[in-house]
Amino acid sequence: MTTSSTTPLLSVRNLRVALQTSHGQLEALRGVDFEMQRGDTLGLIGESGCGKSLTALAIMGLLPDRATVSGSIELNGTELTPMSDEALCTLRGARMAMIFQEPMTALNPLHPIWKQIAEPLQLHQGMDLATAKARALELLDRVQLPRARERLDNYPHQLSGGQRQRVMISIALACQPDILIADEPTTALDVTVQKEVLALIRQLVAEDGMGLLLISHDLGLMRDQVESVMVMYGGAVVESAPTQELFGMRAHPYTQGLFAARPKLGLKRGTRLQTIAGNVPEIFNWPLGCAFAERCAYVQDSCRQTLPELERVPNTGRVKVSQRADLSAPFAEHWVRCPEWEKLEALK
Amino acid sequence: MSTLKSFKHSAQRAFKHRSFGVGAAIVMLLVVSATVSLFWSPYPVGDIDIPNKLAAASAQHWFGTDSLGRDIASLLLVGSQNSLLVGFIAVGIGLGLGVPLGLLASAQRGWVEEVVMRAADFTFAFPALLSAILLTAIYGPGLVVSITAIGIFNIPVFARITRGAANAVWSRDFTLAARAAGKTKWDITWEHVLPNVASVLIVQATVQFAIAILAEAALSYLGLGTQPPNPSWGRMLNEAQSQMFQAPMLAVYPGIAIALAVLGLNLMGDGLRDLLDPRLSRMR
Repeated sequence: MTTSSTTPLLSVRNLRVALQTSHGQLEALRGVDFEMQRGDTLGLIGESGCGKSLTALAIMGLLPDRATVSGSIELNGTELTPMSDEALCTLRGARMAMIFQEPMTALNPLHPIWKQIAEPLQLHQGMDLATAKARALELLDRVQLPRARERLDNYPHQLSGGQRQRVMISIALACQPDILIADEPTTALDVTVQKEVLALIRQLVAEDGMGLLLISHDLGLMRDQVESVMVMYGGAVVESAPTQELFGMRAHPYTQGLFAARPKLGLKRGTRLQTIAGNVPEIFNWPLGCAFAERCAYVQDSCRQTLPELERVPNTGRVKVSQRADLSAPFAEHWVRCPEWEKLEALK
Repeated sequence: MSTLKSFKHSAQRAFKHRSFGVGAAIVMLLVVSATVSLFWSPYPVGDIDIPNKLAAASAQHWFGTDSLGRDIASLLLVGSQNSLLVGFIAVGIGLGLGVPLGLLASAQRGWVEEVVMRAADFTFAFPALLSAILLTAIYGPGLVVSITAIGIFNIPVFARITRGAANAVWSRDFTLAARAAGKTKWDITWEHVLPNVASVLIVQATVQFAIAILAEAALSYLGLGTQPPNPSWGRMLNEAQSQMFQAPMLAVYPGIAIALAVLGLNLMGDGLRDLLDPRLSRMR
């Protein structure tokens, strides 16, 4: 799939995660593939339980003990899946970092914030406490925390949600990692603060030339923040494309449903929003084939039996693929996991 | 400077809390009397004064004398040393072994947790008194044996409570965030989990302290604890039993001492539970 000669920053191949539950062994990720270069920004979109966060945790090696991983995750050409927890500890925080959804609970209430920023610096760069504190101040300035010097000794409860998320970002960026995974970083924040925080993440990622994997269920956020989007449903990627292309074309029935369900300005009062019929199937009820089959208007018998392959959608030329010419190959291509997509396209 | 100020602030807040204030005052009284009795007591505790036996309370003998003419006040003062010693060492054993075991179980999960917790269940099945009697049967009665027995009983108590509280901390996002920052389980246990379970442990320690004092009194009452001539509240109760009808006050004094010590520790523990609750301390 890739033609790039350099080693990708992050390469995920056929990532499968099985969870041991009271219902037996369940496959929660059914083969996720993607590849990122430095500077790439990738969005991961889908509803709760589709496997977005699981993908992120699998990359970080933070899955619960009852999960088994198969497939390959390579960071800068190093395979991560067989690594011991000790070996992964030297990479987490240093080469790959993560921002969590809830800034209210992701900081330890008992430590002042400078100490929590200093921790990865002491751990990975061997800084002494004084140097680390000075660096913590620089980092807080960098994430534009107002009156950073006074805030150093504050405890998490003395900060607002947006301020705490800025602190989380400064912790994640402390050691200048190669890749930043942001798992719904703004879901818990006010709408006005969301934009600021995301813009900040975008800016810092661009400055340091990191890769950004942004996880969200907010379509509007994705459009402005990432170059490429993957849509997940039922533990599998159902569509992936450059952002403009995906927003313009929506080849998969689920993606179409997702967009149709968005509230829009100018709707008449009392208009019911469109919904996707049915419910997300419980993980222990996932069919052998496409997890969307039961809710899909275009379902074929074959969809129920086997998970359709990802098919390449040729560039129709209707949408500008990307402003960037140097996008890595899978980024510039449009893939969809639905055998019916051509018929759907003809219906439009 | 700011730490001194915040210390003063929390001290003020602590003593405004009624049950903590009362409890801490009683515990202070206990500690002070034990300390004072190390250097001074109204009469030497070993002094027998048969002509003066079973004397009523007077200026010479504040609480009177017992069947051998020993000064009750002196016996009570020196007896408090015993209670405190047992409390400190038994709780120390419980904290020193139980907390690491609980933290280990919580950090490792899986079979390690299973083994530690089942072992705790097994130990817990033997009440302190029963294991003390068992140990006495083997090693003979004495203070060391009773302290050891009560200490062993404390290990599963602290192991369980630590594991329970630690599991709750492990399920919070900041431990996941710490792992994402590259911390090992042991770093996280030390820096994040232990400080967050400390308040629970402090409260439990005061409760266990009270239980240890009660258990020591019970053992001494049965003749399995502190041996004569060392005074102990439990033994005083035992000796008072035979004079129940001639001198009922002999049983009342050590009884009050035990009850007061336990009450003080429990009140203090109750107060600490409120004061150390971060949700309450945030309301400044």
